[in-house]
Amino acid sequence: MSEPTNMPPRWFHKFFRWYCHPKLRDHIEGDLLEVYGENVKMEGKRKADLRFILDVILLVRPAIIRPAEGYQSLNTYGMYKSYLKVGWRNLLRNKGYSIINISGLAIGMSVAMLNGLLIWHELSFNKEFDNYDRIAHVAERGIDTEKGGHWVATTVMYPLGTDLMTNYAQHFHRIARTSWDLDYILSSKETNISAKGLYVDKDFPQIFTFKMQSGYRDALKNPKAILLSASIAKSLFGNEDPINKIVRINNNDEQIVAGVYEDFPDNSKFRTLQFVAPWEVFLSNNPWIEQRAQNDWRNHFMKIYVEIPEGKLLEEINAHVRPALQFAPEDQQKASEMQKELYLYPMKDWHLHPEASGRFRYDPILMIKLVGLIGIFVLILACINFMNLSTARSEKRAKEVAIRKTIGSVRLQLIQQFFSESMLIASFSFVVALMVTAAMLPVFNNIATKQIEMPWSNPMFWCAGAGFVFITGFLAGSYPAIYLSSFNPIVTLKGTLRMGRFAAAPRKVLVVFQFCISVVLIIGTAIVYQQIQYAKERPVGYAREGLIMVQKKSIDFFGKYEALRNELKATGAVVEVSESMGPMTEVVSGNNGWDWQGKNPNTDVSFATLAVSHLHGKTAGWQFLMGRDFDVSQAADSTGIIINESALKYMGLKNPIGEQLTWTWWRDQRKLDYKIIGVVKDMVMESPYAPAEPTVFYLKGFNGVPNWINIRLVPGASLPDALTKVERVFKRVIPTAPFEYKFADQEYNMKFGKEERIGNIALIFALLAVIISALGLFGLASFTAEQRTKEIGIRKVLGATVSNVWTMLSRDFVLLVFISCIVAAPLSYYLFSRWLENFAYRIEISPWTFVLTGAGAIVLTLLTVSYQAVRAALANPVKSLRSE
Amino acid sequence: MKKYQLGEFEEIVLLTIAILHKEAYGVGIKAEIETRLGRNVSMGAMHTALVRLEDKGYIKSFDGEPTKERMGRPKKYFQITALGKKAMEYSKETRDALWSAIPKVALKLKAVTSEI
Repeated sequence: MSEPTNMPPRWFHKFFRWYCHPKLRDHIEGDLLEVYGENVKMEGKRKADLRFILDVILLVRPAIIRPAEGYQSLNTYGMYKSYLKVGWRNLLRNKGYSIINISGLAIGMSVAMLNGLLIWHELSFNKEFDNYDRIAHVAERGIDTEKGGHWVATTVMYPLGTDLMTNYAQHFHRIARTSWDLDYILSSKETNISAKGLYVDKDFPQIFTFKMQSGYRDALKNPKAILLSASIAKSLFGNEDPINKIVRINNNDEQIVAGVYEDFPDNSKFRTLQFVAPWEVFLSNNPWIEQRAQNDWRNHFMKIYVEIPEGKLLEEINAHVRPALQFAPEDQQKASEMQKELYLYPMKDWHLHPEASGRFRYDPILMIKLVGLIGIFVLILACINFMNLSTARSEKRAKEVAIRKTIGSVRLQLIQQFFSESMLIASFSFVVALMVTAAMLPVFNNIATKQIEMPWSNPMFWCAGAGFVFITGFLAGSYPAIYLSSFNPIVTLKGTLRMGRFAAAPRKVLVVFQFCISVVLIIGTAIVYQQIQYAKERPVGYAREGLIMVQKKSIDFFGKYEALRNELKATGAVVEVSESMGPMTEVVSGNNGWDWQGKNPNTDVSFATLAVSHLHGKTAGWQFLMGRDFDVSQAADSTGIIINESALKYMGLKNPIGEQLTWTWWRDQRKLDYKIIGVVKDMVMESPYAPAEPTVFYLKGFNGVPNWINIRLVPGASLPDALTKVERVFKRVIPTAPFEYKFADQEYNMKFGKEERIGNIALIFALLAVIISALGLFGLASFTAEQRTKEIGIRKVLGATVSNVWTMLSRDFVLLVFISCIVAAPLSYYLFSRWLENFAYRIEISPWTFVLTGAGAIVLTLLTVSYQAVRAALANPVKSLRSE
Repeated sequence: MKKYQLGEFEEIVLLTIAILHKEAYGVGIKAEIETRLGRNVSMGAMHTALVRLEDKGYIKSFDGEPTKERMGRPKKYFQITALGKKAMEYSKETRDALWSAIPKVALKLKAVTSEI
């Protein structure tokens, strides 16, 4: 510092010394100072200073500045890097095992992922409504005196709505009444289509926060308005702007399109709602409401939805409005017996806790638990593969472990190493599983009839995915990590490590567990399919094939029946035509108040009551046990009645034909006398698993509107031809309605939909579980064969035959699978006989199911193991003994 | 796939180190490039290039003597390694191969257009 004038700017000099990498600091500083010194001589101090500053700034480059945390790394990041590298090399060295491991885990993970998505889909039902927590259905709740538990009924009576809207309005933010949803015909100029819709109060679109594409939510203030869903607007008007166009409902009411809303998503209560029209139109179309239902506390026919004010609790408001529910005097006693009360049925329970109670109901929560359980089990199967293969191959890595220990690894570090390897494999499998899931989703949706999408853009999904990888890696890696890190280095390195007789025991237990689950799943699937098949083969009591059913959806149909029938019969494609109150595959009406000779006066049974036209028996293909069908030529048949087998059994009549059956109508105590003229075989009209209801059929007349036309086609004729002929007649006679029909056999098959879905999903999962287990077995078998190469060589030299060796290698595995079958059989019997109890009409579980499944599992095991066993047995002993 | 990674400026630095032969240190290299090529070289660009070349194993360094001009900071001399030599040769060969592949007409045409 003898010449202080020749020093560069101090701050920049310090700055340089601060940021520069220590390894480079001295000589770059030297360079800087040398140049600075020359510059001072040539250009003077000021310019030299500027140049120095510029140089210092230009030196701020990634290659020159020091690393942020110091140039000597202070964490063990490098160690993990090395673990991953070693893990990666191990994967590459044993490609076969890696493929088995990764594909097994990937299958397990994608099953778990699909199940997770399904559960998420179910749990997020209705969540897209903004007022999710504040919407309720006004319902009646009571105790089920027969089956136990509560029931909830959401169809309520007119005066309740009036009462809530006038006397209790202060408790609610919004109230909307709606009709029940039905199919209607919507028509624009030329297009007629059938659509599901509701007549609603004007606040309805606001309660359910309709997402309007055009128009406003409060448009229903105008009783001439209508709101359409985007999809129905498109099919009615194509690409034209639908606003202010005219739409006719059932060719009767002309409404003006006042808005278009986005269709509701698949997991929403209103996913099928295609239009909403004002409540006033409903009232004017159903004049009986204002005439008779105004003060009728017995007639349940409408629904009420409420939205409570923000910050209030549903329970609180429920307590306030409870007195609004009243009963007709004659129902008073029954109501207090059942403890009937007003219940604000919260939106969060609509899907997960459905209304009906009792044993035969569909319980989504149970389904969700079941699906979750299967997902977890399949994932565990895959993790078991990983554990078994890692521990089986432990001898190969024993030396590595021993050397690491000798050099100074503590056990915890080795555990970390094996965990990082299992995490590596889990991450690979996750990536594969993502692809598999994305590819499988459309198929899965098809089977489960859902519309689930991959939530790629949802951060929650990725968080869940990361957690999922971590858990899987932990689950799969825990046992190998603890086992492998426990080796004693001295013993291992001396080469005297003996795994001992019981080293393989945990592995065997795991294999038994794996096959147990697979076998239970297979048996379950078999039982589900058997049950469905059994119900399908149940005699239905009428002829389903060639029977088509047309619903009279609008007033255009009325008064046209005779003309329609004559023209249809004239086509030659139709055998017979009839009218009935409901479709063949449903019981739409039931009534109490029946009396007959010898009836126990203390009971009151409800019979299914169905009004039909003449010749319905011929059209439907009734099978008579006694008596005869209604006869057109006998006028007395108008008071005739036909009963079914179950009704006959219930009534306990010996000679039913000609007996009198009296019906007292509860509304006005009117008595109607009928005479039994025939008994038909039981028909499966409702659930194919439930016993047939006692049913009576009478001619249309006093009670019940025959809303359906049934057409029996000529058997054996070409279906498309017949349909075109029928359609032509319909178009001619009723040009204003679309010709929409249902096949009785298709409708009937739809009754199996839910069980078939369960069966198909179970089949897929069972197959995947089996594939995973077989993969694991394959890996273990190849390992055993490899390990015993020398032994097999010596045995062959001493005279063992191929079949000897094959038996020796396969025996162990077959034994294990046999044990799992023994364990699985009683377990699955217990589980699935419980499931079968849900059905009144059910199979007995046959022992053959267990025997065949067990045999199948053993054959599969033999096939899997034999490939390796035979290969090992065929190997030339010269080769296997020569090496080393 | 590129056999030897060598950027344009890195190549210049490498060549200069070869020219200076055992006398190549920071300021020296900088001055040599500046006089020979007539272009300004910033300290940052050059030292980055030197760090990169050393990382790639094309050059190696050894410490020299501290001098008075450097206020006691040591010089760091650079020397080309065998790999560095190979990289230089590879780079030259590829260029020569490309040059020889140019049809004569192309160069003539270029000459004509530049005259106009």
